[in-house]
Amino acid sequence: MRILLALLGRELRSLVQSPIAGVVFCLFLALAGLNFYLILSAFARSQTPITLVEAFFNTTIFWYSFLAMFPLLTMRLYAEEFRQGTFELLQTAPVRDWQIVTAKFLGAYIFAVGLWLPTGLYFAIYAWITKEQAAPALGSYAGSYLLIALMAAFFVSIGCFASVLTRNQIVAAIVSYVMIAFVFYVGLLGFTMTNLGPKLREVVNYFSSAEHMYEFNRGLLNTRPVVFYLSLALLLQFLTHTVLQVRRWTR
Amino acid sequence: MIEAERLTKRYAGHTAVNELSFQVARGEIVGFLGPNGAGKTSTMRMLSCFLPPTAGRARVAGFDVMSQSLEVRRRLGYMPENTPLYPDMRVREFLSYRAAIRGLERTRAKRRLGEVLELCSLTDVGDRIIGQLSKGYRQRVGLADALLHEPELLILDEPTIGLDPQQIRAVRDIIRGLAGKHTVLLSTHILPEVEATCSRVIIIKRGRIAASGTAAELVAQSQIANEVRLELQAGADDVAARLTAVPGVAGVTTREADGEWSRFTLSAVPAADPRPEIARLAQERGWKLRELSRRTPGLEEVFVRLIHAEEEAA
Repeated sequence: MRILLALLGRELRSLVQSPIAGVVFCLFLALAGLNFYLILSAFARSQTPITLVEAFFNTTIFWYSFLAMFPLLTMRLYAEEFRQGTFELLQTAPVRDWQIVTAKFLGAYIFAVGLWLPTGLYFAIYAWITKEQAAPALGSYAGSYLLIALMAAFFVSIGCFASVLTRNQIVAAIVSYVMIAFVFYVGLLGFTMTNLGPKLREVVNYFSSAEHMYEFNRGLLNTRPVVFYLSLALLLQFLTHTVLQVRRWTR
Repeated sequence: MIEAERLTKRYAGHTAVNELSFQVARGEIVGFLGPNGAGKTSTMRMLSCFLPPTAGRARVAGFDVMSQSLEVRRRLGYMPENTPLYPDMRVREFLSYRAAIRGLERTRAKRRLGEVLELCSLTDVGDRIIGQLSKGYRQRVGLADALLHEPELLILDEPTIGLDPQQIRAVRDIIRGLAGKHTVLLSTHILPEVEATCSRVIIIKRGRIAASGTAAELVAQSQIANEVRLELQAGADDVAARLTAVPGVAGVTTREADGEWSRFTLSAVPAADPRPEIARLAQERGWKLRELSRRTPGLEEVFVRLIHAEEEAA
């Protein structure tokens, strides 16, 4: 446990100190702020049937900035250590591979989820100024942030897996972005392809992050997405561990 | 401490380490010598559980490097080639992180941190960022890291490469100070270094052991040790034949004229020293003798000949 904490501590520290994290942090908060501002302006102009929370988590700005942050945060996790040779230090220390995998995942995950917490302030400030709630019920907030946390687990895992495959950060970023975008756009097919059969639509919706968001925004907590994201995250961490083992034994 | 048995590493297309067998006893400081690409780094990486051997086996402190790798790694301080370190960390921060992942308990980690900083003369740069340190300092941070948990075995890959002479001496002193308490296997191609620090030398060439023993043994084994040079003025005497007749002389290798003087190189029978006999002969015959010496070559010469001879044979 102490070993795991030491590994995690280093991951978090190096993330916080890295220039990439700073850039991600600033860009992300700027985009989230812009997103919130644009929605408020739109709401001020006309009546809409959706709540502020629903609107916030369903704009193009939200999805682009959300999907783009994972490749940036995870690309260096393994790739940089391979290139620097520091992985040799790590693998010749009495540390098990699963401890490395867990620490790297948790480091990026905590950072990614931590980035989202300040956005909760937007709704708090909104409620404070307008004396109106941004969403009808607490479940709406809880659902939204729970889904963020679930999706982050899956997308961070994709990033970890992409990074363990290469010693080049840029390649890792591209691979993970393509994988994340693929999952996301397949999920959008339910919205864009109007002639999908009902069976196929059901399958597509199972994958659809946008569809999950639509449900969770209203506080409709469904266990299927929970299982979906967590099992895929676990599978990808398992694959990452396998790649490490294969690298270790077939080098 | 180390038992390597027919250790082999094959990469696609070539064999880096070829059925290498050797042993290192507890407390020994063994120098690993060889030209570039001889398989030194591959061997060290296999012993430190970073590379899996293609064939053969190796045990460190009685534990197999493949099946009991965690036990081996607990007992091992390893400094890889080029000392990779996290450039974004501070020296103290890096070392306490390394102590933590090795499971050193807090009080011991703190004590050891102070000790290795002191030992490696790093106390002044403890709060500097590693990426901004000079090569010499980074090298010593790597060494401090390897020493942190007082490992039974230290494997150091080129610990002094790229250092200035004073830093080399400092690192050499540190390593010599470890003798007895720790077992050390270090690779280098700086030969005087091996003579100065190591109790035993293993010379490898193309993944195989070319020679092994103490520096003095290696020198004694080589042919160079049995060269006797002499310079004399002998007039018309039949010097070469008379010299060859001296007991212990195997033959005259070269003869050069330098004005009135003649310079001879003789090869002696292994382990024999014909110098007193030659001196007596010279006195007897009335030769003027101005040099009579036996060459004591450095390890460097032995090494070069060994590598060279094999190359010619190959």
